[in-house]
Amino acid sequence: MRTLRFLLEKEFRQILRDPAILRIIFIMPVIQLLILPWAADYEIKNIKLAVADHDHSEYSRQLINKVTASGYFILTNYSGSYKNAMTQVEHDNADLILEIPASFEKNLVKEDEAKLFLAVNAINGVKAGLGSAYLQSIIHDYNGEVRTEWIQFPRFSPETNIEVVSSNWFNPLMNYKIFMVPGILVLLLTMVGANLTAINIVKEKEIGTIEQINVTPVKKYHFILGKLIPFWVLGLLVFSIGFAIAWLVYGIVPAGSFFTIYLFAAVYLLAVLGLGLLISTYANNQQQAMLISFFIMMIFVLLGGLYTSIDSMPGWAKMLTKFNPVSYFIDVIRMVVLKGSGLADIKFQLLSIIGFAVVFNGWAVLNYRKRSG
Amino acid sequence: MKQFFSFVKKEFYHIFRDKRTMFILLGMPIVQIIIFGFALTNEVKNSGIAVFDQSQDVASRSLIAEIDASSYFDVKKVLSSYKEIDKIFKEGKIKLAIVLPPHFNEDLLHFNKAQVQLIADASDPNVANTLTNYATAIIMDYQQRITNDRKLPYTIDTEMKMLYNPELKGAYNFVPGVMAMVLLLVCTMMTAITIVKEKELGTMEVMLVSPMKPLMVVIAKAVPYLMLSVINIGSILLLSVFVLGVPIKGSLTLLAFESILFTLVSLSLGLLISSASESQQTAMFISLVALFLPTVMLSGFMFPVENMPLPLRVVSNIVPAKWYYTIVKSVMLKGSGFLIIWKETLILAGMMFFFLALAIKNFKIRLA
Repeated sequence: MRTLRFLLEKEFRQILRDPAILRIIFIMPVIQLLILPWAADYEIKNIKLAVADHDHSEYSRQLINKVTASGYFILTNYSGSYKNAMTQVEHDNADLILEIPASFEKNLVKEDEAKLFLAVNAINGVKAGLGSAYLQSIIHDYNGEVRTEWIQFPRFSPETNIEVVSSNWFNPLMNYKIFMVPGILVLLLTMVGANLTAINIVKEKEIGTIEQINVTPVKKYHFILGKLIPFWVLGLLVFSIGFAIAWLVYGIVPAGSFFTIYLFAAVYLLAVLGLGLLISTYANNQQQAMLISFFIMMIFVLLGGLYTSIDSMPGWAKMLTKFNPVSYFIDVIRMVVLKGSGLADIKFQLLSIIGFAVVFNGWAVLNYRKRSG
Repeated sequence: MKQFFSFVKKEFYHIFRDKRTMFILLGMPIVQIIIFGFALTNEVKNSGIAVFDQSQDVASRSLIAEIDASSYFDVKKVLSSYKEIDKIFKEGKIKLAIVLPPHFNEDLLHFNKAQVQLIADASDPNVANTLTNYATAIIMDYQQRITNDRKLPYTIDTEMKMLYNPELKGAYNFVPGVMAMVLLLVCTMMTAITIVKEKELGTMEVMLVSPMKPLMVVIAKAVPYLMLSVINIGSILLLSVFVLGVPIKGSLTLLAFESILFTLVSLSLGLLISSASESQQTAMFISLVALFLPTVMLSGFMFPVENMPLPLRVVSNIVPAKWYYTIVKSVMLKGSGFLIIWKETLILAGMMFFFLALAIKNFKIRLA
């Protein structure tokens, strides 16, 4: 026990005296939490619209006014030719072209039917889909206005109408930040846990100081515990800083209990630290450790459901997420923070993470002995 | 010149003899393309929904059957009370509940008007939005059908054309992004770290006392990473054309030229970082925070830049990857020529000279 205490003292000194590590621990969370939630907003607005108006009629002007007044679109180009509008798309000055054919007004009033053409830059499929859907619904509304202008609808509507009422639970304002911030907290915890542990141990290998420890009576488990405990404490510290920022900047307070979140975070950190340890047993130098942990982390994060929902992944990717500790925690923290889920709701995830912790640490320790033997 | 090549050869040995690093450097783009290409989609497919049908009549059943039959939704749960919605949402598997009020058919027949309620779990606003949109579209189709496609007067038809990416494949958007990310990682981070490693281990001293010019020593370290990048660009392009089906519409020569330009920008950034840091951990930290995160967040390939608040939009202009991303999109997907992207090219070239000048200046000071 005494040995462990001395080792811990050494590790804490080493960490606290290294400005690089301190910067990683304190600046990373602040930057990520302050910038990422703002950037990661999929709500589509400011769509750049080019209008090719061949009609120049009262109606075409009304329609354009209605579109620009909606707030979703910015009219960047208004001309009388489609070719001109297309050049704007090529230069990335427009995302969407609305072409109003000649005699649009005449056809609508006289023939009861008029056509409009939309052309969307669909390189970003999601944006194209949403942008064109917004524009179509505005056109649809405008169509309704034109109709009421010409026909006096009888009180009893002759047209069958199914009204769709939608409501959004847990996040009625559709605030994307409440959704992103908890996920980013998980990201931070994972990076601190796995990267720093892996690099820290490998650094001792690279510089050769691990030899010095190996010739002392310090036992293997002392050494490993001495490495893990400081990062476990630091991880929880970073996590708490993150929560403080989430509260101060975004006003996010978990709907569920802090106890549930911290219990899960504590166990999760054990799993992640085990992963870091495992990486360090395979890597020979810091460069390798960085690359390996970066590589694994990238896969974990991308397949963790932070940016895109796991539900829409294909079957094989869904299977992979079952072996991804990050996806469990992202799932859990969102459930607890947004929906107030309790321990009973997350017991499956908790047990899985305990499993991960046992496997990673066990594997790492086994691998460690072999190398030193 | 012979000296220079022997230095380059030494660097190649460094890389080739570290099998793990080699493997990751060359495997990274392949894994990224596969993940981005096949796993990350926002598509809705067979999403599980819950139904609370209070009328249980002909119309409500046929509407539910219609929704169930679409490729977007699968009815996974039939509920018998409002309270259950909260419970299934908390379990987290089902994200949309459809509630049909009592007398649905009667309302339709007698009043020509009925209501459907969609309740979405909006903890993920994106998913909630998309699911609600799709469900609404199906219900509208259903409504159209039961009105027997009666033609209404004064109808505006819209005809839509999806340019460049008619099937709305996600791959079109991220292939350019993955290229930028991989190049940045290989060139900037790896170059910076290898140079700093020599400093940290003290072998830099040994090389600096050789008859080679100090600047040449550093450039020799960058050459192998330039070659690795060219291989990576090649494998990314091959994968995206033959596996993902993303075409290269513009000129391949122009694309290659722009990619090498961006590689040079990344390399000069790597040199700059290496001249500013003393330990590998610092070098890694700077490359991650100052380069990697901004590239992922602000270059526009994960999140559209125009949605961001103004300060971030301004900052995004100093992220080199943003310009490269725009160039690749134009050349590869739109088939644009040099005339359309000369401005972006000029900006990248300017950045390269700026970083290189700064790196060389820092480098000289260190030797004095």
